[in-house]
Amino acid sequence: MRKEYLKLDKVEGPLIVLSGVNNVSYGEMVSIRIDDEEIRKGKVIKIEGNQAIVQVFEGTAGISTSNSAVAFTGELMSIPLSKEILGRTFNGTGEPIDGSYQIISSVRENINGRPINPVARKYPRNFIQTGISPIDALMTLIRGQKLPIFSGNGIAHDELAAQIVRQAKIKDADSDNFAVVFGAMGIRHDSADYFMKSFQVSGVLDHVVMYVNTADDPIVERISTPRCALTAAEYLAFQNDMHVLVILTDMTSYAEALREISSAKEEVPSRKGYPGYLYSDLSTLYERAGMLKGKEGSITLIPILTMPNDDITHPIPDLTGFITEGQIVLNRELSQKGIYPPIELLPSLSRLMKDGIGADYTREDHADLAAQIYAAYSRVQDVRSLSQIIGEEDISDVDKRYLKFGRELENRFISQEDHENRSMIETLDLGWKLLSILPVDELDRVKLEYLQKYYRNEGE
Amino acid sequence: MNGNEGYVREINGPVIKGVNMGSFKLNEMVTVGSHKLIGEIVSIEGDIATVQVYEETEGLRAGEKILGTGNPLSVTLGPGMLGNIFDGIQRPLQRINSISEYFIPEGIGLLSLDDEKKWEVHLVVKSGDRVQAGDVYATVQETLSITHKLMVPYRMSGVVVEANYDGLYSLNESIVVLERENKEQICLTLSSKWPVRRPRPVKKRISIYKPLITGQRVIDSFYPIAKGGTVGLPGGFGTGKTMTQHQLAKWCDADIIIYIGCGERGNEMTNVLEEFPALIDPRTQRPLMERTILIANTSNMPVAAREACIYTGVTMAEYYRDMGYDVAIMADSTSRWAEALREISGRLEEMPAEEGFPAYLPSRLAEFYERAGCVETLGGEEASVTIIGAVSPPGGDFSEPVTENTKRFVTTFLALDKKLAYGRHYPAINYLTSYSGYIHILEDWYNENVSSDMMKLRAKMMRLLQEEDKLNEIVQLVGEDILPNDQALVLETARMIKKGFLQQNALHKEDTFVVLKKQYMMLKVIDVFYENALLCVKMGIPVSTIRKQDILQDILKMKYDVPNDQLDLLNRLMERITETYQSIRQKYE
Ligand SMILES: Nc1ncnc2c1ncn2[C@@H]1O[C@H](COP(=O)(O)OP(=O)(O)OP(=O)(O)O)[C@@H](O)[C@H]1O
Ligand SMILES: [Mg+2]
Repeated sequence: MRKEYLKLDKVEGPLIVLSGVNNVSYGEMVSIRIDDEEIRKGKVIKIEGNQAIVQVFEGTAGISTSNSAVAFTGELMSIPLSKEILGRTFNGTGEPIDGSYQIISSVRENINGRPINPVARKYPRNFIQTGISPIDALMTLIRGQKLPIFSGNGIAHDELAAQIVRQAKIKDADSDNFAVVFGAMGIRHDSADYFMKSFQVSGVLDHVVMYVNTADDPIVERISTPRCALTAAEYLAFQNDMHVLVILTDMTSYAEALREISSAKEEVPSRKGYPGYLYSDLSTLYERAGMLKGKEGSITLIPILTMPNDDITHPIPDLTGFITEGQIVLNRELSQKGIYPPIELLPSLSRLMKDGIGADYTREDHADLAAQIYAAYSRVQDVRSLSQIIGEEDISDVDKRYLKFGRELENRFISQEDHENRSMIETLDLGWKLLSILPVDELDRVKLEYLQKYYRNEGE
Repeated sequence: MNGNEGYVREINGPVIKGVNMGSFKLNEMVTVGSHKLIGEIVSIEGDIATVQVYEETEGLRAGEKILGTGNPLSVTLGPGMLGNIFDGIQRPLQRINSISEYFIPEGIGLLSLDDEKKWEVHLVVKSGDRVQAGDVYATVQETLSITHKLMVPYRMSGVVVEANYDGLYSLNESIVVLERENKEQICLTLSSKWPVRRPRPVKKRISIYKPLITGQRVIDSFYPIAKGGTVGLPGGFGTGKTMTQHQLAKWCDADIIIYIGCGERGNEMTNVLEEFPALIDPRTQRPLMERTILIANTSNMPVAAREACIYTGVTMAEYYRDMGYDVAIMADSTSRWAEALREISGRLEEMPAEEGFPAYLPSRLAEFYERAGCVETLGGEEASVTIIGAVSPPGGDFSEPVTENTKRFVTTFLALDKKLAYGRHYPAINYLTSYSGYIHILEDWYNENVSSDMMKLRAKMMRLLQEEDKLNEIVQLVGEDILPNDQALVLETARMIKKGFLQQNALHKEDTFVVLKKQYMMLKVIDVFYENALLCVKMGIPVSTIRKQDILQDILKMKYDVPNDQLDLLNRLMERITETYQSIRQKYE
C-alpha cells in the first residue's frame, strides 16, 4: 500500500497543493480518492522542497483540504497500446468510453513522447490525393506533413476534414496499413457525432481511434487528449508501419485550456493572456508528425482551429502557422457566397509541396500551373478593388478577363461537391482550362513548352 | 568533476533550484540527478543556486544530486565539426541516434566531437620555435575544401620543446609540447575548449569593405550584405525566412557556413541534410556540406538548450574565423531564442519588461550581433563573421520587442512582406522598406569589381520603383488607362524590374544563383529598354504599342534563358531591344 496524504494545503483552480511529501518526481501521476467514493487522476507540475503542486485532470470541484487521500503512483503518464485500439473510443486520458473492455498490453508509452532526432527523419515527398482541387493543385498535402485548417466558427471545416479523411488516397497505401487517429478537444457533442457518422458511412470506422474530450468534459484533460492521440499515432506508424492521418480539433479549445491552467499557476502571461511557452507547447504536438528513416509508416497531421474573430494574427493561428508546414485557410465571405470548400487561396500554402510534385510525382507542369494561378488570382484582387471604384465597364479588356477568371476559379475550381472526388489530372486540366481565360502573354510564370502543351485558346 | 555536490530542492520545468551549492560558480556546467541531465548555473544566492537544465526534467525528484564540473558551458573546438550536425550544446545528433535510435532520450551525457577518429596532421612548428597565442602549430585537411588550422590557445605563449612527426592523430593526442615562461609545460592536442558565452579575442577589428555575395539579386544588387556585417530578416509565417536563409547558406561566398536551426522545424534540418551533400559549391566544386556545420535545436527540443544554441554556433564561427576564414552564420529564428529567454526568465520569476520579455533582451541581442565583424585575427589574418538572423514577429507585425531591438543592432534589414508572399512574389523581400547601411561602404568595391555604373543603375531602378509606388495610389482610384504615357511607362518598367529582376525562383536551376555580372547586365537590359521606350514615348508612341512587342517576353525570361556563363546573350538582347524600338520609331517618323 502506498503512502496516502490526507491533508491538502490548498485547492485552487485546477490545482491542489500538498506538503510533507518525499521522493516525488516531476511529472509523476497522482491518484486522488475523494470521500472514498471517487478517484481522480492528477500530475505533479511543480516541486518546491517538500511541497508538490498537482494538476487534477477531472477538475477540483468537490475537493476540500480534508476530504481526499492523495497517493503518488511513481509512474509518469502513459497509456497502454496495442492494435486493438483501432475502432475504439477513449477519453482524454486514454480510458475507454465506448462501454467496451480496457486495453491490456505490455506496451505502455509516455504520452509526452520524445523529440524526433532530426537526423532520423525522412523528408516527406509523396503526395496524398484528397480529390479536392484547390488542395491538390495549390496546397498539395504530402504524406508526413503537418497541414492545419484555419477556420472560423460556423464554417465548414468539419465537412472538409471529413471529406479529406474519406477521399485521402495515398499512392501505395492499402486499406490494411491505413489508420485515422482523431483527437477532439472541447468540441460539441454534435460535432463529435458528425465525425463518428462520417467515418461509419465511409466504412473506415474500424481503422479509426478516437480520443474525445467534449465541451462539457474537464478542461485539464484537453491538455492530455492530443498527446494520447499522437502517442497512439506514433505507435501505429512507427511500431506497426501504418500510414496514419491524425485530425486534432479544435486547437483553439486546447490553447484556451492551456491559458486557463497557466493563469491558475499565476504565470506571467504573454500575448492575449496566453502563456509565453504556447509556441513550444504547440510544437511538441505538431512536430510529432513526420516520417522516419527505415520505417514504413507515417504520421500526417491535420489540426483544425477556429480563429477567434476570424483573425489570422491571433496567437493561436499565428503560432500554429509558425510551426506547421503551411496552412489551409477558410474564409467566411466565400462561405457566405455558398462556396464549398471556402478555401482562401492567397494565405493558404503547403511548404512541402515543392518537393512532392512535378514529373516524378504528379505532372511536370504542376509547379508552374500553381504559381500562375496564385499570381493571377492575386491580380484578380487588385482588379476587383479597382472595378469597385471605377465600375466594371471602365476597366481594360485584360482586367475584364481577370474578373472572369476570378469568378470561374471560385465557382468551378475552388468549389466542389462534398462527395466529389477529382483525380489529380482532372484537377490540373481544369486549372489550365481556367487559365486559358487569360491572354497567353499574361501567363509569365509558365514555361513555354507547358503553354504550348496545355494552354487552350478561348472558345476552343 | 570538482567534487562539489548539491541537492535538488525545486523543480519547475527546465528550471530547478538546488541547495548546498554555495561553492558552485556562475555559469558552471553541472549534471543533475541520477540521469545526469546537463545543466548550467544561472544564478546563485547564498546556499541556493538556480540551474537551467538542457534536457527534459520529467521524472526528476527533489533530493537528487547536483554535481559540479568546475567548467563553464563550453564547446570543444577541433577537426570534425564540418559536415556535422549538433544539438544546442554541441552534442552530435548522428552519434545520439546511434545510441538511441529515432527519438532523443535524456541523460546521454556530454558528447561532442569524435575523439577516436584519426586525422592526418601536418606540423608547422619545430622544436625551438617561439610561438604565441593565435599562431598555427599544425594543420589538418578537415575536408577537401577546408584546411583546419590548430592555433596556440589564448594567453598562451612559449617555446616548442617537443613537436611530433606528421601522421595520424586523434583529437586528444598531444602533438606539440610548449614550455611557457614559467617553465610550465603544456601539451597541445588537436582540440581546445572555449566557453560559449565569451567572445573569442582578436587582434583588432578592421573596417568592412567587401560584400558577401549571395547570388540573390534583390540582396546583392539592391540591399547588399557585407562580409563581417549583420542582417535582420523579419517576416510573418510563410513569408520565406527559411527559404532565404537556405539560399544564403547554399550560395553565399563565405568559406564556412554555420546554420543554426533555433526552435524551428525538424524537417527543415532534414531537408538541409539531404540536399547539401548533393549540391556543389560553384567556387570550390566540392559538395556544399563540406563547408557547413548544422546546429539543430528544433522547436520540440528542450527550451534551455535553445537559449544556448545561438552561443554554441557563434563560438564555432569565431573559431574558424580565427583561422582566417570568412564565416557566415544563419540563425533561424532569433525570435525563438528570445522566447526561450523569456520562458526561462519567467520561471526565474524575474520582473518582465515589454511583452513578458526580460529587461535584458536588448543587451543580449546586442551582444550577439556584436560578435559579427571584420577582424585581424591574433594570428594576423584578415577574416570575418557575418550574422544573418531571421526574426519571427507575432502576427507579422514589426512593432514588437524582438524586431524593434534587432533593428537597432543590424545594418542590413531585409523586410519580408506578407502581401508579396501572398502574390507569390519571391523572395518576398520588400523592395521599398528594406535597407542596407552598407551601400556607401561597398560602393567602391562594386564600382571596381562589377562596373563603374552599377550603383548609379541601382539608384535609377530604385527611383522607378518608388515612383511606381506613388503612381499606384492614383491607379487604384482611377485605373491605369488614363495615366499619361510617360507615367504608364514607369509602371511598365517597374513591373519589369519586379517580375524580370527582383522575383527570383529558388527552385529554378538557372535562377537559383546568379553571378554579379549577370545581375548587372540584367539591370542594364532593363535600362536599355526603358531608355528606348522613353524615346518612343516622347514621340507620342503609345505605351500599348511598346508593350505589345515580343521582345518583352524575352526580357522577362532572361533570368531563366541566360545561363551564368553565357552572358553574351544579354548583349545580344540589348541590341535587339534597341533595334526593335528604333524600327518602331522609324515607322512613326
Ligand atoms: N525564393 C523563393 N522561391 C520559391 N519559393 C519560395 C521562396 N521563398 C519562399 N517560398 C515559398 O514560401 C514557402 C514558405 O517559405 P519559408 O518556409 O521560408 O517561410 P518562413 O518565413 O521561414 O516561415 P516560418 O516563420 O513559418 O518558418 C516555401 O515553402 C516556398 O513554397
Ligand atoms: Mg521558417
